[in-house]
Amino acid sequence: MFGKLDWSAIPLSQPIPLITSIVVLGSMLGVLVLVTVKGWWPYLWREWITSVDHKRIGVMYGLLGMLMLIRGFADAIMMRTHQAMAIGGGGYLPPEHYNQIFSAHGTIMILFGAMPLVLAFMNYLVPLQLGVRDVAFPTFNSVGFWLTASGALLVNVSLFIGEFARTGWLPYPPLSETTYSPGVGVDYYLWAVQISGVGTLITGVNIVTTILKMRCPGMSYLRMPIFCWTALASCLLIVAAFPILTATLAMLTLDRYLDWHYFTNTAGGNPMMFVNLVWAWGHPEVYILVLPAFGIFSEIFPTFSGKPLFGYRSMVAATLFICIVSMLVWLHHFFTMGAGAAVNTFFGISSSIIAVGTGVKIYNWIFTMYGGRVRFEVPMLWSMGFIFTFIIGGLTGVLLAIPPADFLTHNSMFLVAHFHNVIVGAVVFGVFAGLEFWFPKVFGFRLHAGWGKAAFWLAFVGFWVTFTPLYVLGLQGMTRRLQHVNVPDWAPGLYISVIGVAIIALGVIAQIAQLVVSIRDRDKLRDVTGDPWDGRSLEWATASPPPFFNFAVMPNVEGEEAYWGIKRRALETQQLDPEPHYAPIEMPINSAVGIYTAFFTSVFGFAMIWHIWWVAIASLVAAFAGFVVFAWRDVHEHEVPAEEVARIDRARRATRSALLARLQHEEAAS
Amino acid sequence: MRRATAALRALPWLGPLGLSGCGGGVLDPAGPVGAGDAAILINATFIMLAIVVPTIILAFWVAWRYRASNTKAKYLPHWSYSGRIEAVVWSIPILTIMFLGGLIWIGSHQLDPFRPLPSKTPPLEVQVVSLDWKWLFIYPQQGVATVNELVVPAGRPVHFSITSASVFNVFFVPRLGSMIYAMPGMVSHLHLQADRPGRLWGTSAQFSGDGFSDMQFAVRSVPEAEFAAWAAGARSAGPVLDQAAYGQLMQQSERVRPLSYSAVEPHLFHAIATQAIGPAPGPTPEGPTHAGRESTPAGKR
Repeated sequence: MFGKLDWSAIPLSQPIPLITSIVVLGSMLGVLVLVTVKGWWPYLWREWITSVDHKRIGVMYGLLGMLMLIRGFADAIMMRTHQAMAIGGGGYLPPEHYNQIFSAHGTIMILFGAMPLVLAFMNYLVPLQLGVRDVAFPTFNSVGFWLTASGALLVNVSLFIGEFARTGWLPYPPLSETTYSPGVGVDYYLWAVQISGVGTLITGVNIVTTILKMRCPGMSYLRMPIFCWTALASCLLIVAAFPILTATLAMLTLDRYLDWHYFTNTAGGNPMMFVNLVWAWGHPEVYILVLPAFGIFSEIFPTFSGKPLFGYRSMVAATLFICIVSMLVWLHHFFTMGAGAAVNTFFGISSSIIAVGTGVKIYNWIFTMYGGRVRFEVPMLWSMGFIFTFIIGGLTGVLLAIPPADFLTHNSMFLVAHFHNVIVGAVVFGVFAGLEFWFPKVFGFRLHAGWGKAAFWLAFVGFWVTFTPLYVLGLQGMTRRLQHVNVPDWAPGLYISVIGVAIIALGVIAQIAQLVVSIRDRDKLRDVTGDPWDGRSLEWATASPPPFFNFAVMPNVEGEEAYWGIKRRALETQQLDPEPHYAPIEMPINSAVGIYTAFFTSVFGFAMIWHIWWVAIASLVAAFAGFVVFAWRDVHEHEVPAEEVARIDRARRATRSALLARLQHEEAAS
Repeated sequence: MRRATAALRALPWLGPLGLSGCGGGVLDPAGPVGAGDAAILINATFIMLAIVVPTIILAFWVAWRYRASNTKAKYLPHWSYSGRIEAVVWSIPILTIMFLGGLIWIGSHQLDPFRPLPSKTPPLEVQVVSLDWKWLFIYPQQGVATVNELVVPAGRPVHFSITSASVFNVFFVPRLGSMIYAMPGMVSHLHLQADRPGRLWGTSAQFSGDGFSDMQFAVRSVPEAEFAAWAAGARSAGPVLDQAAYGQLMQQSERVRPLSYSAVEPHLFHAIATQAIGPAPGPTPEGPTHAGRESTPAGKR
């Protein structure tokens, strides 16, 4: 009746997951009760859950990513503190639990933390920057988000029903085959990643289509903001690489469920093929994450330097160069499998060539500041922190790309330090830079600068205190994923690293405090202009927060930095463009198909994990039925009357006039 | 094979392993391969620092020089292109990478783990099998085998043929240099040499399951004469590693004390590598197991 599921799946004898589960379930229940008591369900259902507005979906992606970032950080705290206590044995986590934690940490941080955050920015910004009203397939977008959320849900369910994978964030066979991992952990991994992977692929297709087909008049490719270019490159990589992941995990799934032999030890299976395939996705994945972060920095440097991006075309070239070469480097993750000198040489050189693209970008950001008026607001602090951190991470990355050097450092703490150096230094710093930068656009008020600066400095210092010792430990021969440490000499490094984690934790608290303080003081921090930073691209041309239709009339773009051109023209002619003729707007209607499908997909995943076949079949049929019903939908859009559009846009024009007057006053003063 | 259950009971042998006194890791090489790897690591670091340090200084100098409050700095609000600077910013990384590319080419070929080391004496053959969770070393020329202890003659190359009986592991002796994967159904080759007698340690550098953290082994580099004496001593005492003993050995166990076998069934390594002997079993349930939380011995600590 219930497959492998029974009461023993609940970790009653293990206090850490049990208490965590109770706290998580308790707070979730608390939120649900609050929402019900306050009567917020209709609002949430109408405005968020069933919304197909790319901005709402972007915010929900961001919220999911932030929650998962905190979950992943909790895992990190446990790993660092446990390892520091486990010198010569001991610690508080038995191997079966510790191994789940580092596996979950990697899976969650990459696939359910960083990915949703990056997709949040792409979803929110791409249509605004391109001057259009939505993405190409709005309902599809909602389905993509909810499937990602479904995957995240399954990973977290594994905390209190059963177990998560104990194999590392990429479940290498034969360890991940049923012989060596008979529990449900790997199955949780497979279904969670598989479901969210489909969601990511949907979003990738959506954003590629949006950028290729839906730009506003005059927005040629070489006039697009650089963030759109990086989003395009990133989503092209999603479209190219995620099917590889889906296929690879499907093969492992067949091995585990139907005793097939793709990657098994016996019967002609080849586990090395899994390693090749999974990294053929895994390496592009790194660039899927980091390219949009580069895009965020490429928006911040010009804005806070008061001048255009230096070498726009060479930035575009470097982005596409990285996009293509990133598909050709996967073998550097296993030079030590003995592929031979010629193969290692090829992949060593192709990997270090990527540094040409990133090197060019760094110099272009520096020359963007050159001759500027650099304002060190919070987004700019994160960006400068990124330049420093990422250059060092790039250096150690090129070291690891040199096969003989990798022969000493592969899988070591040096490697751990390196990839945190690039992923935290670029992606996480980029996300927080972008959060500070676009928050006023999204919510209509700025974030408190003092708390923001505190959060940055704590995160930056904490990062280096945590990871510098790990570089040293790696060179001392310490390998990663050790549940306990048999070399007392490594103790000092591990202790210092814990201090670093504590500093980062203070940074997290400062970041949360910033949000709380900013919400409390939102009236003081209100951005009435829609352009709080003296921005340059089209998202700053609309109100903060933008109306649901983004632009009352399609902007007409006449050069790079579309909004900067509009603003200069207004300043020169001392007036706004004449009021346009407002026409009715067609907007897509809400749809529950996303949440509906994701609900049944979650049930399907859970049933597959526990071998409850009848539930699996029923929920798969139900999920598919959702699509069928949706496909027969007759009404797709609703009309916003011209008067409504005019009313909203006249309010925006009033604030723009005030902004114009202020800018004129400032120019006259200087 | 006995399973040491209490952590404390296993601790005393960790001292003699040399684990406590590991003076330096990969940057303190004890053989030519490690020295070659480390030299490339250090050289490449300095080549890149020559570019990286000025770049970081430039970034912070420009940011500071052109800060908004510095009205003395010239403001160029429209300056966004310079062909000369573009040429330079593409050239610096390209030249660096061309230089490093040469280093990669030469280093990959010279330090290819499969490449024999130049030496007058023929290499010692050692066959390595990674098991859950210990290392088996077979000395085909001496006809003996050891578990979790590797004895090599100083100053003479050693040719390791490496396979796995269960899951992936990585054979790694940090101070001797290059690591390489141990993979089931495949044989990897690695040539290393210890220059001087001494005590080193090795480890697995690829996570392999619940007992992974104790997959370390002692490495003793001894003078040639002492090695011969050790081999003779090993031949004279201890159990025989036949199929039955191997069947015992490949069961999951951890913290296995070093031991030696006085004789080894011929072609045992070949049979393991070609999987004529089937792969090692995974976890065996001990008593009542949970549906989702299959426990292994190590997990039950």
